[in-house]
Amino acid sequence: MTTTELIDTVGHAESTPEQAQPYRELGLKDDEYQRIRDILGRRPTAAELAMYSVMWSEHCSYKSSKVHLRYFGESTTEEMRAKMLAGIGENAGVVDIGDGWAVTFKVESHNHPSYIEPYQGAATGVGGIVRDIMAMGARPVAVLDPLRFGPADAPDTRRVLHGVVAGVGGYGNCLGLPNIGGELVFDPSYAGNPLLNAACIGAMRVEDLHLAHASGTGNKVILFGARTGLDGIGGVSVLASDTFSGDESGSGRKKLPSVQVGDPFTEKVLIECCLELYREGIVVGIQDLGGAGLSCATSELASAGDGGMHVWLDRVPLRATGMSPAEVLSSESQERMMAVVTPANVDAFMRICAKWDVIATEIGEVTDGDRLVITWHDQVVVDVPPRTVAHEGPVYHRPIERPADQDALRANGPESLARPSTPDELRELVLRMVSSPNLASKRWVTEQYDRYVRGNSVLAQPADSGMIRIDERTGRGVAMSTDCNGRFCRLDPYTGAQLALAEAYRNVATTGATPLAVTNCMNFGSPEDPAVMWQFEQAVKGLADGCRELGIPVTGGNVSFYNQTGSTAILPTPVVGVLGVIDDVTRRIPTGIGAEAGDTLLLLGDTHEEFGGSEWAHVVHGHLGGLPPKVDLDRERLLAEVLVAGSRDGMISAAHDLSDGGLAQAVVESCLIGETGARVFLPEGSDPFVQLFSESAGRVLVAVPRSEELRFTEMCTARGLPWARIGVVDPEAGSLEIQDVATFGLDELREAWEGTLPALFD
Amino acid sequence: MSKIGVITFPGTLDDVDAARAVTYAGAEAVSLWHADADLRGVEAVVVPGGFSYGDYLRCGAIARFAPVMTEVVAAAAKGMPVLGICNGFQILCEAGLLPGVLIRNQGLHFVCRDQWLRVENASSAWTSRYEQGAEILVPLKSGEGCYVAEKSTVDELEGEGRVVFRYVGGNPNGSTNDIAGVSSANGRVVGLMPHPEHAIDALTGPSDDGLGLILSVLDSLVAA
Amino acid sequence: MARVVVDVMPKPEILDPQGQAVANALPRLGFSGIGSVRQGKHFELEVDDSVDDATLAKIAETFLANPVVEDWVVRRVES
Repeated sequence: MTTTELIDTVGHAESTPEQAQPYRELGLKDDEYQRIRDILGRRPTAAELAMYSVMWSEHCSYKSSKVHLRYFGESTTEEMRAKMLAGIGENAGVVDIGDGWAVTFKVESHNHPSYIEPYQGAATGVGGIVRDIMAMGARPVAVLDPLRFGPADAPDTRRVLHGVVAGVGGYGNCLGLPNIGGELVFDPSYAGNPLLNAACIGAMRVEDLHLAHASGTGNKVILFGARTGLDGIGGVSVLASDTFSGDESGSGRKKLPSVQVGDPFTEKVLIECCLELYREGIVVGIQDLGGAGLSCATSELASAGDGGMHVWLDRVPLRATGMSPAEVLSSESQERMMAVVTPANVDAFMRICAKWDVIATEIGEVTDGDRLVITWHDQVVVDVPPRTVAHEGPVYHRPIERPADQDALRANGPESLARPSTPDELRELVLRMVSSPNLASKRWVTEQYDRYVRGNSVLAQPADSGMIRIDERTGRGVAMSTDCNGRFCRLDPYTGAQLALAEAYRNVATTGATPLAVTNCMNFGSPEDPAVMWQFEQAVKGLADGCRELGIPVTGGNVSFYNQTGSTAILPTPVVGVLGVIDDVTRRIPTGIGAEAGDTLLLLGDTHEEFGGSEWAHVVHGHLGGLPPKVDLDRERLLAEVLVAGSRDGMISAAHDLSDGGLAQAVVESCLIGETGARVFLPEGSDPFVQLFSESAGRVLVAVPRSEELRFTEMCTARGLPWARIGVVDPEAGSLEIQDVATFGLDELREAWEGTLPALFD
Repeated sequence: MSKIGVITFPGTLDDVDAARAVTYAGAEAVSLWHADADLRGVEAVVVPGGFSYGDYLRCGAIARFAPVMTEVVAAAAKGMPVLGICNGFQILCEAGLLPGVLIRNQGLHFVCRDQWLRVENASSAWTSRYEQGAEILVPLKSGEGCYVAEKSTVDELEGEGRVVFRYVGGNPNGSTNDIAGVSSANGRVVGLMPHPEHAIDALTGPSDDGLGLILSVLDSLVAA
Repeated sequence: MARVVVDVMPKPEILDPQGQAVANALPRLGFSGIGSVRQGKHFELEVDDSVDDATLAKIAETFLANPVVEDWVVRRVES
């Protein structure tokens, strides 16, 4: 193939200013294209156009969300920043957890690819977030996967869920990372737009933190990992028609799918190789290649450094023949990393890569200019100021408008919905709720994930939060939970985001860990819809204000827009991840009761009649309306302090947070996970339906040994935390008795709870 | 202090866990690299779990050609105790140290669960610390853990007491005769699908039942 | 009855980690001269004579293969 004479060089671009370019097909607006021309003082080359178009896309540039996301930074106080070593803008946030350890964590979405090709979409979603964590200098130590699908009984849900679960497991298991948590939610709004959010936690010594920047003139830029192929360049393939005049490869390219295939084996080897490179101290800067591939890595590394960069693009090892410079720059081939290394260390770098059979190629050099120059067989195809590509993309103030139906939705409360009134009806409802897809045991999914590998998993699903030991000597560890109730967010995105934060915060504290920092994954519909932008703005404000009230910073996040089918957006779904620290994992609080016979069951917090957006309204009435539960973050903070104190002093033998499905769900799960019965008595004169199914926030069920009951309750009273004695653990019974309502055999409950997903998906 | 080797192939995952188990049992864990034809003076070898070479082609099919495996096969012929866990079991089968093969789970899914096993033979080099018939709880985590072999081979294994571990409380993967682990004729080489190295501490596993395998082999080394 | 063979292969431009692993192992085992390896799936179906080619194509396209990442070929091998 003779393509070199057709290459669109900078010189060629200068001499053909009027040549039409397919910028619209690449997603650029007229004014955006004009801005590129203004920046460069000429038309961009095909390769430059490929870079700008992908880096200025919503996904990479955050152009619709940027103005709102600033609020996270503005609302973070110095005090909140104290433990933060890296924050928003880096590959992932990093916090100091003590004993000289730093932990980095992040959640990212891979929603659309997981609908198109569920297995590979999910697999590469996991792979991508793991490389983000690696790029901070950390060893990835655990993953969590919040998943959302259409109705559990819809035929397409089966296809998507099977593929996504197999992809998360197939990649994560082969990579050797324990999967310690996540979510599984079914709702009709996700039918044509499932959500695959992937979270990863990494650990490193504080001094080993690596930030992505290319500094030091003369330092070498090394690309290492997998070869570069035609993965995920569907959009950019329109440029191929410029360089390949209708030959076989050219016309074939136009049909290229935007699908990437993951190779977890290569990624596992890449992890070990990177960690050895870090240990040897021979990496100046490091960057993962994710969305936008080399376009992103070269421009971000260069613009974060103190010089320019020259890249010899033809040196990139390729998997496919006849790739154009634009395609090489845009390829989203997985399992690649880019490092900046001093010339003296290049040999050592190459030796370590060779030991791990990792392909490594010196493709560039840090220069003393301020330009990113990319050549292709000695012809200049890119010559740009890197910041204009990576950081100075367009910023939009999208129109915002409260949805027209918001008031009607909130006025249509759940008060008039028919409720169970007799003990028999309540009994039936408990079983129906426990077996409903959102409340049923997630074991069918989590059993396909390795939760043991590396031997540091202290808690994993179905625990309230996953917990990983970081330091084997001291027992220091971290806990993490991700949460979001999209229905609450639909009713009130500000409060809904705070409820998501409160739940994740509470889940972390429920295992005995102290909440420390927050990440998020904002999944919303189209930013071009003012109603969606209102939801987004409200959710960001709610989350940021909530974090300030709780005194824990948002260290990073991810925005995923355009999650909609036709003009119908998904439920606003700001998934919130909270990371907590525990100085000694042996004092973790388990979820299941039964460690000691005769423990007292206490309900901490207040129960109000709150059914707007509840699981009960959804399951029984298919109803969504009214107001979500009230959120009281002072109360959440107090509750967390009491739980951590109780864990420290050995006063709590089990604890479980109350959320979806209310007290009934919490009690049933505590019994089934602990394989132990209990007797529960609801407060005298109370409405058993409200007690059992309301979803008031700020509540936790704890089991307290008899010997500690007085000390614990006195502590609650002294601190002003409401508590109620609602039952006892009864290992002899083999049943759960809810006094004056019903008695359930544990076998009967287990069948209801664990039978649902296998019946739907086996 | 006895030295027990733990092999790392590209794609090995549970090597740190196996080394930890060796250390917990009071021995020295020695890391062995797949590309080195050198057992570094160890007295026993653990081939740990994971996805060596991605488990592409067949589980263990590529790993068995590694230089270190040539040494392991030679040492095993002279009676060195060898334990293959999960992917390690698959590698030992591919290498011909153990009979049979592991195929895809009957349910087609990867299965990660706490699994009860019965110790069917407490006289192998890796099981002498257990009571005959003892039941132990260890994690199982594999997608290709269904043990199959020719009927004559299975009959021979059963007849000679070389089925070392059997699943109890339900067969998780369709394994022939509920077989979870088997041994060589001399009882020195043992392979099993479940992960005893993940059951050495109730903090991070379902029990500490798995430590007995390492303690057993240490006994056999001292006795030898 | 006819025997129908369906071969499903990863598309040429799609990464094939499995084939790549085999290709990388071959030189280590002393086999030289193998340029590349791609690994796919081979299905054999016993098919009633009443089943037409269009139906077979539909089976391959919508079920046996994922056309986003895989190509497929249907062959009738014996009648």
